[in-house]
Amino acid sequence: MAQLTYREAVARGITQEMERDPTVLLIGEDVGAAGGAFKATVGLLERFGPARVRDTPIAEQAIIGAAMGAAMTGLRPIAEIMFSDFFAVCWDLVANQIAKTRYMTNGQVTLPLVIRSGNGGGSRFGAQHSQSVESWAMAIPGLKVVAPSTPTDVVGLLAAAVRDPDPVLFFEQKSLYATKGEVPDGEVVDELGTAKVVRQGSDATIVALAAMVPRAVAAASELAGEGIEATVIDLRSLVPLDVSTVAASVAATGHLFTVEENPRLCGWGAELTSVVADECFYDLDGPIVRVTTPHVPLPAADALEDLALPSPSLIADTVRRRIG
Amino acid sequence: MRTDPSVGLETRLALYETMYRIRTFEKRAYDLFLSGLVKGTSHLSLGQEAIAAGFGEAMREDDWSFATYRGHAHALARRVPMAAIMGELMGRACGLMAGKGGSMHLTSVEHHMMGSYAIVGAHLPIAAGAALTAQQLGTGQVAVCFFGDGATNIGAFHEALNLAAVWRLPVVFVCENNLYMEYTPIAAVTAVPRPAADRASAYGLEPIVVDGNDADVVLETAARVLDRARSGEGPSLVEALTYRHGGHSRADPGKYRPDDEVATWLARDPVLRYRERLLDGGLEAGVIEGVERAVDDAVAEATEAARSSPPPDPDLLYRDVFADGGASWRN
Ligand SMILES: Cc1ncc(C[n+]2csc(CCOP(=O)(O)OP(=O)(O)O)c2C)c(N)n1
Ligand SMILES: [Mg+2]
Repeated sequence: MAQLTYREAVARGITQEMERDPTVLLIGEDVGAAGGAFKATVGLLERFGPARVRDTPIAEQAIIGAAMGAAMTGLRPIAEIMFSDFFAVCWDLVANQIAKTRYMTNGQVTLPLVIRSGNGGGSRFGAQHSQSVESWAMAIPGLKVVAPSTPTDVVGLLAAAVRDPDPVLFFEQKSLYATKGEVPDGEVVDELGTAKVVRQGSDATIVALAAMVPRAVAAASELAGEGIEATVIDLRSLVPLDVSTVAASVAATGHLFTVEENPRLCGWGAELTSVVADECFYDLDGPIVRVTTPHVPLPAADALEDLALPSPSLIADTVRRRIG
Repeated sequence: MRTDPSVGLETRLALYETMYRIRTFEKRAYDLFLSGLVKGTSHLSLGQEAIAAGFGEAMREDDWSFATYRGHAHALARRVPMAAIMGELMGRACGLMAGKGGSMHLTSVEHHMMGSYAIVGAHLPIAAGAALTAQQLGTGQVAVCFFGDGATNIGAFHEALNLAAVWRLPVVFVCENNLYMEYTPIAAVTAVPRPAADRASAYGLEPIVVDGNDADVVLETAARVLDRARSGEGPSLVEALTYRHGGHSRADPGKYRPDDEVATWLARDPVLRYRERLLDGGLEAGVIEGVERAVDDAVAEATEAARSSPPPDPDLLYRDVFADGGASWRN
């Protein structure tokens, strides 16, 4: 076991995969000599050299396009988009090219690539460097979408993403980069499309993703003091979506809450809500309730940003009012 | 006229055969569109055959082609079977992608035809990525990326050229300058007279402008830039001047083009021109006619094969979104 930060876990995961497979390479802005804008790729250039750890110009279309062309001809690239908001400047490559090519070519083209990106708020960066955009990706057929919440999951899910034959968008939550956790020694490989029950309780099911997981756990602890026991599920992956873990929990608790960092409309929780309403309606003892960032661009001021993002007390309050 | 002795008769005949095949196929595709058998849209390369044929002839078998929605010619130049292309245009089971891609997305990995891309400019960085593979694995392959004059004003063009130059990637960018985007003359919306070549120096590249209606010139240019890429000297940007005989797509009559301009370019028809050159060079008319008859028959046969093919299996709707063969996004 080693204590690693979430950002160190990124470098650990990439190292593990680059050592295992010589066709894996890392490309992105400042990923090499500078060790990444968030210091998540420190040491990789020294270890693997400039042919496999490549600094790029500020050219998101070139980065993602090159990753696609490399993937379709035999490499397994890991590309970095520094802030996930910047997906907007290369969305054609992601949404029209990478996502649709296997289907359009009737399975001729395989695209084993990973796009990592710093996602989400809490850093006081303002609206163009803070949005949680994982639901953009979830809306496109052909993409897999992953967002880990712990250092161990970063390593294991990154390894799974690199080994996966499909394109994976890997969202690293910026507000988690400094958080720490124990990571097992040796090779760590996880499985995409599996949610994790991180806390067991019989009164309510709270499903959260990435930075919202520790907040949901804090809310559950607060509620436990009042005699309300909540299950907290870390969804970890939006595509594939682990419906069965959520459905099994809802069958036991009768109440579902989602906690989403994305702005309100069309967040992942809306899809999960619709599936559960459709398939678990008779297990429910009350309405499904979504806790999200309101439908606003994220403001920069700490007081306002804190007000926007779902807090443990808002989560606890929401659960309390519904089932208390 | 060029008389490079190293270009043998066999090569010249092959060049002509490819151009004539593209010409005949495209005319048939147009007829089938008018008769309702080819649906949706299609963008023909009538008048632009020499570029696809010249590069196709010069490329190594494992070099990669990346084309636009105006891509039938490039698939044909890589010898993708005509029945499969025709079937794809008609949305039939025998189609190259079983009807899941359509005219604008012809792809045959087996023939190193790595796709036809319908978002203007998108495939330039993708071709650079293929070149990255060649460089990284030392395979000696070159990626060749064909695009229109209109693509030179989109960001992806500039991003790809810069990246390819900085990394010295084995990629050749070929601008088929047919003087028009869809309906707007490229000159009306571009800051420089040569939309590709005048940008070359910004990326440290030699400006190259060639007659894209002369198959010999294209072949010679292609051989030179492919060589350069293969020997590790980096990318090239070629601007090949040409003209489409018809409209932009579907049944566009192309009325926005002045009559005298159309007449000038029709007189430079790359297929007729090359035929005359072969005759002038002493080739017997009978040999050329033999090639033409074989192509005519093959196009007729391909059309019939596509026409008699059933529609795609309904199961295909849900196949190959993901590499497990399916479309499942949940458990
Ligand atoms: C990004 C983008 N914008 C607009 C279009 C619509 N469109 C399709 S073809 C075309 C003209 C492209 O002209 P050019 O690059 O010269 O190629 P040509 O059709 O002449 O071969 C346009 C505007 C598109 N497909 N993609
Ligand atoms: Mg044009």
